[in-house]
Amino acid sequence: MKENHNLAYLKELSDGDEVFEKKLLDILKAELPEEIEEYQNKIRSNSLSLVAENVHKLKHKISILGLEKSYEIASNYEKNLKLDNLDLQIEFEKVLNNMVEILKKI
Amino acid sequence: MKSIIIDDEKMARAIIGQLISANKNLNLVSEFSNAIEAIKFLNQNKVDLIFLDIHMPNFTGFDLIQTLKNPPKVILITSDKNFALDAFEYECIVDYIVKPITPERFNKAVQKAMSVSSSNGVTKKSTENETGKELYVNIDRRLIKINFESIKLVEAKGDYILIKTEGKNYTVHSTMKKIEEKLPDDLFLKIHRSYIINTKKIIDIEDNSVLIDNDVIPVSRSNRPELIKRLNLL
Repeated sequence: MKENHNLAYLKELSDGDEVFEKKLLDILKAELPEEIEEYQNKIRSNSLSLVAENVHKLKHKISILGLEKSYEIASNYEKNLKLDNLDLQIEFEKVLNNMVEILKKI
Repeated sequence: MKSIIIDDEKMARAIIGQLISANKNLNLVSEFSNAIEAIKFLNQNKVDLIFLDIHMPNFTGFDLIQTLKNPPKVILITSDKNFALDAFEYECIVDYIVKPITPERFNKAVQKAMSVSSSNGVTKKSTENETGKELYVNIDRRLIKINFESIKLVEAKGDYILIKTEGKNYTVHSTMKKIEEKLPDDLFLKIHRSYIINTKKIIDIEDNSVLIDNDVIPVSRSNRPELIKRLNLL
């Protein structure tokens, strides 16, 4: 099941400043596709330690959207990758798709 | 405090930038998406505080700290709390924040950076120009002169430090941090949290240790790059 996002963190950061909140969302919308593309390229190169670095970076964006369960999946996937293991790949990629969907709606 | 941000993620830079601008004690002077550009800047500009991401491509936050001769105070930013132990190896690191950064946690770290004694960032002295050629230590109410060049190494011994010289050894009630500030940095180097050595006295270096006279001194992983940098390698 797709996890619902929660923008409480962004609201706390922007403290009512809607311009800043929008700026952060714009950065998120611009940076996420780049990081996903980077992730996919690294998956293709089959270098799992590099994939782990990428997943590590993506975790920040998952947390910004308040996706707690997804964050846990990403953390466990990152650990697996460091052990040269692709378990949770499908689940993690579902998380990425869900984030893309969420950002389309915001 | 003059501050800079070093993080390859634009989102993180925007968030930290916002938190800096909301804190009256901080002044953001620049931000960098990679460590190399930041090093160039730091070589020409003085800053008081770095907000530093650990995970960056090619050159990590720890690599950056090791490259700087006198690093300013550093607040580490990362998504991985497993690096906390490594962070304790560096005196310049005053705190460690795990992403996502909350305003409360951020301000707490800044407070910590401000309360840390300015001695962390003190510019060390050169052998002759500023400190002279010797230091005096207080032993049994006598001030005893020790020439810098005669010191082989300094070892931490609980609340004391042991200063080993060519002639004799002195046990002094002091700390590694205090003596490190007194010793000229063109001659001395901290190679482990419990050892400062006179680099001119090295006989040989093997993996993770150096030999000075008959003493085998451990070299910590974080201090090894600086030690190697000091050597006139063929």
